[in-house]
Amino acid sequence: MNQTASPSLFQFALYMADNCLVLGHRLGEWCGHGPVLEQDIAMTNISLDLIGQARLYYQYAAELEGKGRTEDDLAYLRSEREYTNALLVELPNGDFAHTIARQFLFDAWHLPFLKTMLSSPDAGLADIAGKAVKEVTYHLKWSREWVLRLGDGTDESHQRMQTALDEAWMYRLELLMPAPFEQRLIDAGVIAGPDEIRNDWEQTIADTLREATLTTPDDPAVQTGGKTGIHTEHLGHMLADLQYMQRAYPGLEW
Amino acid sequence: MKDWPLWEVFIRSRNGLDHKHVGSLHAADWEMAIENARDVYTRRNEGVSIWVVESKYIHASDPEEQDSMFESARDKVYRHPTFYDIPDEVGHM
Amino acid sequence: MNQQDLESRFQDKIDREVKIEAKDWMPDAYRKTLIRQISQHAHSEVVGMLPEGNWITRAPSLRRKAALLAKVQDEGGHGLYLYAAAETMGVSRDQLLDELHTGKAKYSSIFNYPALSWADMGAIGWLVDGAAIMNQVMLQRTSYGPYSRAMIRICKEESFHQRQGYEILLTLVRGSAEQKAMAQDSLNRWWWPSLMMFGPSDAESTHSAQSMAWKIKRKSNDVLRQAFVDATVPQAQYLGLTIPDPDLKWNEETGHWEFGPIDWDEFWNVVKGNGICNRQRLRDRVNAHEEGAWVRDAALAYAEKKQARKAVVTP
Repeated sequence: MNQTASPSLFQFALYMADNCLVLGHRLGEWCGHGPVLEQDIAMTNISLDLIGQARLYYQYAAELEGKGRTEDDLAYLRSEREYTNALLVELPNGDFAHTIARQFLFDAWHLPFLKTMLSSPDAGLADIAGKAVKEVTYHLKWSREWVLRLGDGTDESHQRMQTALDEAWMYRLELLMPAPFEQRLIDAGVIAGPDEIRNDWEQTIADTLREATLTTPDDPAVQTGGKTGIHTEHLGHMLADLQYMQRAYPGLEW
Repeated sequence: MKDWPLWEVFIRSRNGLDHKHVGSLHAADWEMAIENARDVYTRRNEGVSIWVVESKYIHASDPEEQDSMFESARDKVYRHPTFYDIPDEVGHM
Repeated sequence: MNQQDLESRFQDKIDREVKIEAKDWMPDAYRKTLIRQISQHAHSEVVGMLPEGNWITRAPSLRRKAALLAKVQDEGGHGLYLYAAAETMGVSRDQLLDELHTGKAKYSSIFNYPALSWADMGAIGWLVDGAAIMNQVMLQRTSYGPYSRAMIRICKEESFHQRQGYEILLTLVRGSAEQKAMAQDSLNRWWWPSLMMFGPSDAESTHSAQSMAWKIKRKSNDVLRQAFVDATVPQAQYLGLTIPDPDLKWNEETGHWEFGPIDWDEFWNVVKGNGICNRQRLRDRVNAHEEGAWVRDAALAYAEKKQARKAVVTP
């Protein structure tokens, strides 16, 4: 570890990177299969933004670690148990409503969180937030509008959107429950705690669901585990795809 | 099942320039049309401002009337600065 | 003006290199030919997303993953520009998609071959995009304005595609023996289908003569194919890969590379729907469209509701 960097900061950079890569990868799975050409292109744009952000975090993590690992080592050579993304982002695409529910719940957290990260005393994080916050502002606008369209569209779309929301609901709170590495950074004032995000996040979700004529799910269940490497069974399959080349042909340049 | 309406997209590449027609796309409403235009037509930093107009609201001159529409302007050479002889000594005018 | 006068005035414009625009008078056959060609071209772009799409999730580095995603996305964009160009002639995108989905419309047969290795991402970019670019550069000067403008935009964007593919292969041939073999295997599989992309030889081509007279096409299939071979052979040599054609030789007199006979039976077999991936490609497109129907309907319904609500509040 780089002498001045804390292991928590390294873990946090990886956590953010994993969130972005896993969600970007999922959106990339839509490429060529979207519901309409214009939205196929829109989803790929978001995917590319997230992969770009993931690269910034991985590069930063590699620099903090100071052991000569690269962004690709971190993305391609860590196992399922070493990935620390939140469970929400690894959920399969499902139908378009599931993709939108996952995206909206993530964006609704991601944007206010990045806004707090802009003023982090850690210059590396603040820099990444500076770029990401603009992109994610658009992501939230896009996913929010689709929640409205699907929720307040046809009977079928309303039903599908409600189902997708109900199914994603129990994964949303993990984003606001600090893992030990986050708690140490919160205590040190490097990142914001959940209380600084919560109001904004809840407000966005509540307003959007109301406008979309959707019912706020009353499911009390909360799923966590991603941040400590206990994932859904979906992640392993995704990594088998994502890491296939690096695992099948170790140590080569591509 | 029907297509989303067709929209014409106009993009200003930087401040100080006119919006220019770049193509068209489908969208359910104008907000989506602007976003789709952003996603489709500005992926390489092509713009700073977008206009969209639903294609059915564009009215065009009739190509069959091209002659009667534009013939009149063809011989009005006196509207152009090069029509007038000014000695070089006068300098730029 | 009678039909004959209209036709001769039309041909005169073409001969003087005046572009034909959407509302101009044009012979029915010109319109039909263009709708067929532009929509086939659009379908090819969209179906063309699938073979490369097959490797997006498995791209071997983050840099490659982003580049491949951006490239496949571009193909979607190009399909969109081309559908829009066809729509200026009075057909709807829905009609065009319907023709694709019911098997009435064709798309480039190259996309019915499977993408089996990472090296195929290199070969597709280098050869398939390379062949497409030959055609597209010519089409920038096509006589129909909206088609020509779409092609100009497409060519501008395509310029990174071929380089992206060639760079992938360059990395492989500089790598391990296994990587080099992967690159060679890929060239072996994609070379001949790439030459077939230019279509039947001039003698066999049914639409060519009229399309040339109308300046929809400006170079014949064989001329473009030869230009592609001439451009590509030195690039293969630079890679140190062997083009799978024992008859390939340089002709000092003509200044061209001579190549062996193309297996047109294979070409027609794939065109008729019997390639490895024909059915899968079509099924993927049909599924995406059908599964997207409720999404498109929802957006329209929402837009109408919003419009109606606005009408109520505005006096």
